[in-house]
Amino acid sequence: MIEINPEFCKGCYICIEICPKSVYAISEKSNKKNINLPAPLNEKDCIKCHLCELECPDQAIYVEDKND
Amino acid sequence: MTDHKNKNPFIKYFRQDRLPTIFCSGCGIGITVNSFLKGFESTDLDFDSLALVSGIGCSSRVPGYIKCDSLHTSHGRALSFATGLKVGNPDLNVVVFTGDGDAASIGGNHLIHAARRNINLIVICINNSIYGMTGGQISPTSPKGSLATTAPYGSIDTPFNLIDLVTAAGASYVSRWTTAHPLQLSRSIKTAFNNKGFSFVEVVSQCPTYYGRRNNLKTPIAMIKMFKENTVNKKKADTLSDDELLGKIIVGEFVNKQRYEFSEQIEELTYKKTEKKPIRKSAY
Repeated sequence: MIEINPEFCKGCYICIEICPKSVYAISEKSNKKNINLPAPLNEKDCIKCHLCELECPDQAIYVEDKND
Repeated sequence: MTDHKNKNPFIKYFRQDRLPTIFCSGCGIGITVNSFLKGFESTDLDFDSLALVSGIGCSSRVPGYIKCDSLHTSHGRALSFATGLKVGNPDLNVVVFTGDGDAASIGGNHLIHAARRNINLIVICINNSIYGMTGGQISPTSPKGSLATTAPYGSIDTPFNLIDLVTAAGASYVSRWTTAHPLQLSRSIKTAFNNKGFSFVEVVSQCPTYYGRRNNLKTPIAMIKMFKENTVNKKKADTLSDDELLGKIIVGEFVNKQRYEFSEQIEELTYKKTEKKPIRKSAY
């Protein structure tokens, strides 16, 4: 499972660029700063490389290793 | 205040009442901090033995966000304070977070002399090629031809090559990575922690707000793409000519050579002259 904290995300969309499997895309949902949040729309393609956790400058992403 | 629980693997090292950070959207400092914490996690060191020191600048705000002993000092003088801290208590793992202006311009003198002494410190220089905090002036590492508020027709100066500078001064571990190489960077930081001596890690970072906007790289994504396309590993760069390397960023490990370390020599000298072990004052 992938969680994105809406309070921490600043909308730089580095996660969309950096993901090797194109898991993320910009969603319709926005946060308090009126930023359209990225969302893990292709979550089934995720290979749990944890690169997005490392590349998120605002510590907003959490990737769970186990699949539900 | 936060009802949404953040389970990010690095969030436990942060002072959470200070978050979210003050950095602009897409700033490379956050990526560097994540890589630093990942590199630190992979060593067996105690988090309580870590002390972060910084000067003035965007990158120097990092120690304020991390839940360990931290020291925010005057402009360019972070290395002087760090030297004092390390000699006073050699048990500490002292890490200096500094920017390109703080390390190369205002504190350039302190940088070369800390490298000359080969004192056991880690310097993480977040090089974003501009003075971001004060409004986007040209810094000593701005590439030739780059635009900034103080260079509306492009910079005419040749930039500093910090790697060559620190190598010439005598550092024992020198490497350079960009924010597009977070895994290599964290591995490099792990090596720096294990190295006994002056370790210098340069992180070529993006400043989308002041550098990117003026230099046709409007988004953080454009800057990260530029880093990916324009980096050449050191092993490959050794075989290329200077013309082929024009405008490229050479990344990799440049120096990994052990030699006598300053704080150990001070201890030895004290023991030789007084026949007593130097007193260490530690909070732990």
